[in-house]
Amino acid sequence: MDIAEELLNGSRLALSRAITAVENEHDNAVDIMQKLYAHTGNAHVIGITGPPGAGKSTLTDKLAKEYRKQGKTVGIIAVDPTSPFSGGAILGDRIRMNDLTLDKGVFIRSMGTRGSLGGLSRKTAETVKIMDAAGHDIILVETVGVGQSEVDIIKTADTIIVVLVPGLGDDIQAIKAGILEIGDVFAINKADHEGVDRLHTELEMMLDLNQQKTEWRPPVKRVIANRGEGITELAESIAQQIDQSKQSGQFVTRRKERTRSELLVMLDELLGRHVRNKLSVDGKIDKLVASVESRVRNPYAVVNEIIASVLR
Amino acid sequence: MNNESLKLKVAEYTAKVDKASAKFPERKNLEYNRLYTPLDLEGMDYERDLGMPGTYPFTRGVQPTMYRGRFWTMRMYAGFSTAEESNKRYRYLLSSGSTGLSCAFDLPTQIGYDSDDVISEGEVGKVGVAIDSLADMEILFDQIDLGKVSTSMTINAPASVLLAMYIAVAEKNGVSADKLQGTIQNDILKEYAARGTYIFPPKPSMRLITNIFEYCSKNVPNWNTISISGYHIREAGSTAAQEIAFTIADGIAYCEAAIKAGLDVDDFAGRLSFFWNAHNNVLEEVAKFRASRRVWSKIMKERFGAKNPKSWMLRVHTQTAGSMLTAQQPENNIVRVALQTAAAVMGGTQSLHTNSKDEALALPTEDSVRVALRTQQIVAYESGLADVVDPLAGSYYVEAMTNEIEAEALKYIQKIDDIGGAVVAIEEGYIQREIQDSAYKWQKEVESDARIIVGVNKFQIEEKPVEGLLRVDASVGEGQKKKLAKLRAERDNAAVNAALAKLEAACGDEDANLMPIIMEAVKTYATLGEICGVMRKVFGEYQAPATL
Amino acid sequence: MEKRVRILVAKPGLDGHDRGAKVVARALRDGGFEVVYTGLRQTPEQIAEAALQEDVNVIALSLLSGAHNHLFPRIVELIRANGMNDVLIIGGGVIPDSDIAGLKAAGIAEVFTPGTSTTTIIDFINANV
Repeated sequence: MDIAEELLNGSRLALSRAITAVENEHDNAVDIMQKLYAHTGNAHVIGITGPPGAGKSTLTDKLAKEYRKQGKTVGIIAVDPTSPFSGGAILGDRIRMNDLTLDKGVFIRSMGTRGSLGGLSRKTAETVKIMDAAGHDIILVETVGVGQSEVDIIKTADTIIVVLVPGLGDDIQAIKAGILEIGDVFAINKADHEGVDRLHTELEMMLDLNQQKTEWRPPVKRVIANRGEGITELAESIAQQIDQSKQSGQFVTRRKERTRSELLVMLDELLGRHVRNKLSVDGKIDKLVASVESRVRNPYAVVNEIIASVLR
Repeated sequence: MNNESLKLKVAEYTAKVDKASAKFPERKNLEYNRLYTPLDLEGMDYERDLGMPGTYPFTRGVQPTMYRGRFWTMRMYAGFSTAEESNKRYRYLLSSGSTGLSCAFDLPTQIGYDSDDVISEGEVGKVGVAIDSLADMEILFDQIDLGKVSTSMTINAPASVLLAMYIAVAEKNGVSADKLQGTIQNDILKEYAARGTYIFPPKPSMRLITNIFEYCSKNVPNWNTISISGYHIREAGSTAAQEIAFTIADGIAYCEAAIKAGLDVDDFAGRLSFFWNAHNNVLEEVAKFRASRRVWSKIMKERFGAKNPKSWMLRVHTQTAGSMLTAQQPENNIVRVALQTAAAVMGGTQSLHTNSKDEALALPTEDSVRVALRTQQIVAYESGLADVVDPLAGSYYVEAMTNEIEAEALKYIQKIDDIGGAVVAIEEGYIQREIQDSAYKWQKEVESDARIIVGVNKFQIEEKPVEGLLRVDASVGEGQKKKLAKLRAERDNAAVNAALAKLEAACGDEDANLMPIIMEAVKTYATLGEICGVMRKVFGEYQAPATL
Repeated sequence: MEKRVRILVAKPGLDGHDRGAKVVARALRDGGFEVVYTGLRQTPEQIAEAALQEDVNVIALSLLSGAHNHLFPRIVELIRANGMNDVLIIGGGVIPDSDIAGLKAAGIAEVFTPGTSTTTIIDFINANV
């Protein structure tokens, strides 16, 4: 099957296979991405992050339904941690989105973190592009905001929603630094639980302190996701954020920044791989390592020499 | 022998046992002390901790005379295919000496769907009898005097409807509701946590349950309105202490809900009943039963302030552990069930179902269910185990184990209280995760041979395919569909629609007791699916949280 | 190569007994697989669609309610209709030996009955995927 072509013609199987190709780094992955790239850039990408137990999957499910009511098509990427011991993973977010499975306007894909830091955010970004090229209006990326790689994933979004719940230990202090800074909209889920007022107040105070140079002051919205309460208002806040972001030019700036970073990361990776491949020929790298370790040579000189020879 | 010298002797002895165990590695993983002595009972007080049988804290049993007065009810869970087939099986069981009925319903019935619903395809009559309307119920109890027999119905989410049908059948046959004896399982919390046949979310489900408590306390006073179940929690993989802890936590939640709805605890607590598992480790099970009675009575007396001694009693139905029966060498299961029966009897159960040898393969045939029933009868009449009340009281091991299980259960109950109660603990997935973790641990033990299952990971044979298993014909579904079409054509549909409309309105009124209205609907021959459909519409459906 | 084998563990029909499915899912995770578990009450359509979206290599169906002869072949039919012809479909639960041949003819690669160890299942998957 010509995956890219069939995908552009509406095949869901092709869409699924494209994501697999990218995830498993098949030989045809780059070709597929090249063919799809011109068709990307249309979807509104929303990242949903927060500590485990915050109810992100339930919120994602309800938000997707809200967008479906608005007549929009939705792609969902649900990321779950891969076990560092076995390399396996339980991808259990779908279980909260069972209603959406048979909706042809929704496509849900679960992904494991698979342990490679940079790799995950790239693959997520590519999966976003694939869903984008397939014509989804909204793409929800749901992940756990506790690792640096997940912070990176979330940065691929146009709008970042941070989900918190009252009563989860130290609340705000427990949230990984970096998440609070990048949130565009904050959602306090399980807002019927004890401690919600305190959390809300603390959050507002921190956001006031943190006020960025941009004109958008992230709003704090209360929701009860499993009852579907507060979802419409949340979607409104998201819409407002995107509008404001487009008007102020932030939208385009952010996207350009991301594209720049993607380009450079891709460059670093491919260059690095190219050089490493050359060095592994005839055990060249082993000889260099031996000479540096024995202090015959120093690493700085060695690296300069390698670069010089590659650039020749 | 004084304590100090006894302690020394125990230490010496333990060292010997450790040495011997080194040569017997399969036994290395045993958790308990190998020898129990008076040291293990230090601090115990007979009156305070055991009491006489039939007296608080009921450790020794809820009745003073236990099986000297009458045996536990021999109540075999049965039901499959059509109401006609199941009726035949019920009459067979009664004529073979079973002393109570226990109804198994198929999955569509348990989940409030009619046999002709799309989702029922392939499931009709498979794990129990298909009941679509009062008409089926009438056939199910044909030639059975509901004034004389006590009936337990394993029905949860739609318990209100099946109970209404039962009452209606009895009425038609001249038996008034106040004469009826029996039980409905009606325990929705364990459905969420371990069994899976829920329909509505927790709040409306609790409402239905308290409606039933209230209705029965006035109209069906001899009926057990709930069978708070640990059987399924254990089958899902929990430990013995978890089984009783999670169940009792559920019980606490039901009491709190009923009290919140305005009932006085002594109005309903006497009709709460429980459902335990009788697992393989015989003596641990006996201890578990005893511990459960002590824990519950203290909670009812101290926490809920119940005044009537009947409210303090944990009356229990038991089923032998199905999950411990093997597909390999099925005859061995007869032996397992016999041991589990001994445990239940020494543990003091009020009622007992014994599984058949084909448990891991299919529903039981008449022959295999007869052997299961005979197992109870042999234990009752031949083994002497029923001749003495609480025969293991005073055993150093059993009393120590009773204390230990009680302590562990109380820790779990405290933890669940800290989380906010059983309902919250289930919504957060705490109970499910604990059960799963225990289940996974068990599986790892079996697969590493740390736990031996005879015929499965030791003493295997070349298995021959088993002959003569019970099969439920696929035509049962077709038959039910035809019956339904006929029913819908012949009944007074105006009356049905009026009753359903009335039900819908009442569902929306939180203060209305739904039982009388469901009774009305049932008598118009509205189907189970139609009645539950109305409730689904108003109450919504439960969304299970992911807990893997 | 970052390849992982992806497995959908599914409970078709109304059966609520999930101890086995959950134990198998965990064991598969420990065996290095990516496991998508979709919970109870899955219709054949939901299972086929989830399998497609997740592009799984294996579908493991768990059923203890006796409805396997109706549901399993239906699921195979829908999977194939979606164009996923290389998926390994296996089943487990309370399934009489006499039904297994029929299920295999309908496209179920293997049926694992009570007492099977998780190692056996993992070995089978590794050998056939």
